[in-house]
Amino acid sequence: MQLAVLGGFVVAGMAPLLHRWFGARTPQVMALLPASMAIWLLGQWPTIAAGEALLLEWSWVPGLDITLSFLIDGLAWLFAMLITVIGSLVLVYTGDYLRGHRDLSRFLVVIVAFMMSMLGLVLSDSLVTLFVFWELTSITSFLLIGFNHADLSARKAAQQGLYVTAGGGLALLAGFVMLAAAGGSWSLAELMERGDTLRDHALYLPLLLCLLIGAFTKSAQFPFHFWLPNAMAAPTPVSAYLHSATMVKAGVYLLARLHPALGGTETWTVTLSLVGAITMATGAFLAIQHTNIKKLLAYSTVMALGTLTLLLGLGTPGALVAFVTFLLAHSLYKGALFMVAGILDHETGTKDVTHMGGLRHVMPRTAAVAAIAALSLAGLPPLLGFVGKELMLESALAAEHYRVPIVVLAFVAAFLTLAVAVIVALRPFFGPPRRTPRTPHEAPPGMLVGPALLAGLSLLLGLAPGWLDALVAVTVAGLGADDHEVHLALWHGINLPLVLSLASLALGLAVWRRWDRLRAHLARFRPLMARGPEAGYEALMAGMVAGAEWQTRMLQNGHMRNYLIVTLLTLLGLVGHALFFRHAPSLEVPLDLYLHEAMVAGLMVAGAVTACVMRSRLAAVAAVGIMGFSIALTFVLFSAPDLAITQLLVETLTVILLVLVLFRLPRFVTLSTPTERIRDLVVAGLSGTLVTLLMLSVLAGERLPRISDYLVANSQPQGHGHNIVNVILVDFRALDTLGEMFVLALAAVGVLAMLRFHAEESDAGRTPAQERDDG
Amino acid sequence: MVRSGTLILSVAARLLLPLQLLFSLFLLLRGHDEPGGGFIAGLVASGAFALYLFAYGGRAMHAMLKVSPRDLIGVGLLLGVLSTLPAWWQGEPFFTAQWWTVPVIGFKASTPLLFDIGVYLVVLGSVLTAITALVETDRENDA
Repeated sequence: MQLAVLGGFVVAGMAPLLHRWFGARTPQVMALLPASMAIWLLGQWPTIAAGEALLLEWSWVPGLDITLSFLIDGLAWLFAMLITVIGSLVLVYTGDYLRGHRDLSRFLVVIVAFMMSMLGLVLSDSLVTLFVFWELTSITSFLLIGFNHADLSARKAAQQGLYVTAGGGLALLAGFVMLAAAGGSWSLAELMERGDTLRDHALYLPLLLCLLIGAFTKSAQFPFHFWLPNAMAAPTPVSAYLHSATMVKAGVYLLARLHPALGGTETWTVTLSLVGAITMATGAFLAIQHTNIKKLLAYSTVMALGTLTLLLGLGTPGALVAFVTFLLAHSLYKGALFMVAGILDHETGTKDVTHMGGLRHVMPRTAAVAAIAALSLAGLPPLLGFVGKELMLESALAAEHYRVPIVVLAFVAAFLTLAVAVIVALRPFFGPPRRTPRTPHEAPPGMLVGPALLAGLSLLLGLAPGWLDALVAVTVAGLGADDHEVHLALWHGINLPLVLSLASLALGLAVWRRWDRLRAHLARFRPLMARGPEAGYEALMAGMVAGAEWQTRMLQNGHMRNYLIVTLLTLLGLVGHALFFRHAPSLEVPLDLYLHEAMVAGLMVAGAVTACVMRSRLAAVAAVGIMGFSIALTFVLFSAPDLAITQLLVETLTVILLVLVLFRLPRFVTLSTPTERIRDLVVAGLSGTLVTLLMLSVLAGERLPRISDYLVANSQPQGHGHNIVNVILVDFRALDTLGEMFVLALAAVGVLAMLRFHAEESDAGRTPAQERDDG
Repeated sequence: MVRSGTLILSVAARLLLPLQLLFSLFLLLRGHDEPGGGFIAGLVASGAFALYLFAYGGRAMHAMLKVSPRDLIGVGLLLGVLSTLPAWWQGEPFFTAQWWTVPVIGFKASTPLLFDIGVYLVVLGSVLTAITALVETDRENDA
């Protein structure tokens, strides 16, 4: 399976090639990939149904305990099935939706890569691999939202989606690191068995918060919900696939996955159920204000994600059963509805439901599919959505904490969602026909097969929910509720949830009747809504840009002396702090030196002082050279011939380079004011003093076991060389040297680029005087 | 500003160049046991080419060198990275040194030597890139 997923990325990269071979049929051909994976997963069903988890081991970085192992239990199996089956259908759908599009192959590359990332995410056993795939889904989602890159709003939405989810990803990474530290393992399978240790750990609260931020941003929970509706700028197959059926459920998946390890505490229950309930109501409330069919559906997706979080928060076995059922139901009907929305957009040329009407005459099949899927969204019998909603209400009524607000919010969400469903199903297809930008036709079969299949499944599983018992039972067992008997049924008898359902039906229909007037009323609150979380996001981004501008102006203003001062002061602060507060600096000066050593040292000081006071550049260079050669002399005195040779050569080449540079510089002038020079003197003096103190402390301090003893002892036997310096450079510390090689190469490229760039600029009509002002 | 053509410099550069290059190779090859090594050898070679450049100008040096200094950097980095791979092939940790003895002449070939040659080329390429860039912009400004 790992090979299949990794190979899937290769197939994704080959999409342009496949496009050359298969032309317009490429999406259908590529759909074979997820389809075959789905068949493989079906073949594993007997093992999964027996309650066993499949652990496909694959070592990746054994030294760091990072694996590419896949863990397939009920939860992973369910998600993987959804990803592969809906993925195949979406690819078939894409074949007609983007028929003849110029960038079809680019689209296929990214969407197949996304598919594989998502599969990797739900199957990974290691937290590290899970995180890698998690970030990959964020990046591919960014590319897909911004698919129409010529459109400014699409670009903006893509950026927003990326910043929100990748920002959450950072929190998630921190959470994962703490989780691994607290649980003592990177493997999910092992962490799930260490729930008690984790819940009592001192890090429980911070790691839970970090993980929740990661999951909430990904799954568009309040207050991060705003990016999801904006992401509807993506082509419809993307909305159907990423932003309703799969990616946005990644956060929910993670919460479900960690439920056995972290769930059950009061913090978990209260946070998740309240955030979930608020998200539900917010999503449903914002949905009815929109007339754009994709936005309507997007906000109802926000509502559904809130529901899933709420159910996980409640965490009772009943709530977990509701979670799995609702998850499946939502993926089926929402995928279908988005594809229907794509059909409507494709055939009529508008996304606004108020501009459509009477379409059932021209597209009866689409109308039928939309009706079935919308009934499931509304939570009406005999569809799977009804089963899910009844279970949800039942769990909400059994909530331990904050029962009343949760039930009220859930009820509000239920009847508003019903109104949304009625609007989506009735507005476009019934009523008097209206003129649309394009003359509508029935959708091509390739675009109908996906939604029809998904809607059909909703109906079939609604009529016979018993078929799901085994799957739900296995998944729920993986979520931590062992041995829970599961019997899904359409008819539960007359109970409180049913009464609530009937009430929501009546209220929902009432909302639908007065929808137009209600929108007009709600429009008056728009200025208030503009101050929501999205405004906070905008303010944060604007602040970040302003902050970056400020620090660039302050710290990177192009003056070498400023860079030096900032670097030296930082160094002074950090090293000084360590030296004075952690160790007592030693002032002992061991004065057992020979006369010639003192002379060399004096020469160095003289060179440095001369370089500072000289008013001619050439003389200053020569003085610096004296200092360099004295250093080389010191190396000779302390028998380090290699260093001495290197120092001599470097000095020689430095003089050559400096001479070349000097002739290009403007006339020598004093650029700094006397005060600035005193400041520079202070900084330089302090740096010198600090380094002196540091050296004295090192010499006087306790003798740590010296690494050079090891190097001297092992240079010949292990490194096969007598020259220790060279053995260190090319063998013991070769990785460091490799890094230095790259630095050197970059420096050369930098010099080249700077000089070339400058030359071109001066060619473009700059006068030498201007250059002088800048320099 | 770089004027080519003083007699002593031209003659000296022409005579010294092969000697200096030979010396740099000598330093490179003996570096593992005696003072020397890729970095030093690279600096010596750069000095040789820099002298030639001052004596005969940039174009003559390029003709002498045949390849662009920038390509030397690339080849050097490539050699450095390549030298990490044989260990991987042997199933040992990344960068573990590998030693082979060439049968007839008894020459010891190794990945550290390959790596050192990489260092040599990167140093040579980087210094020459910087110097030629400086000399060329100089020439443009003079013109």
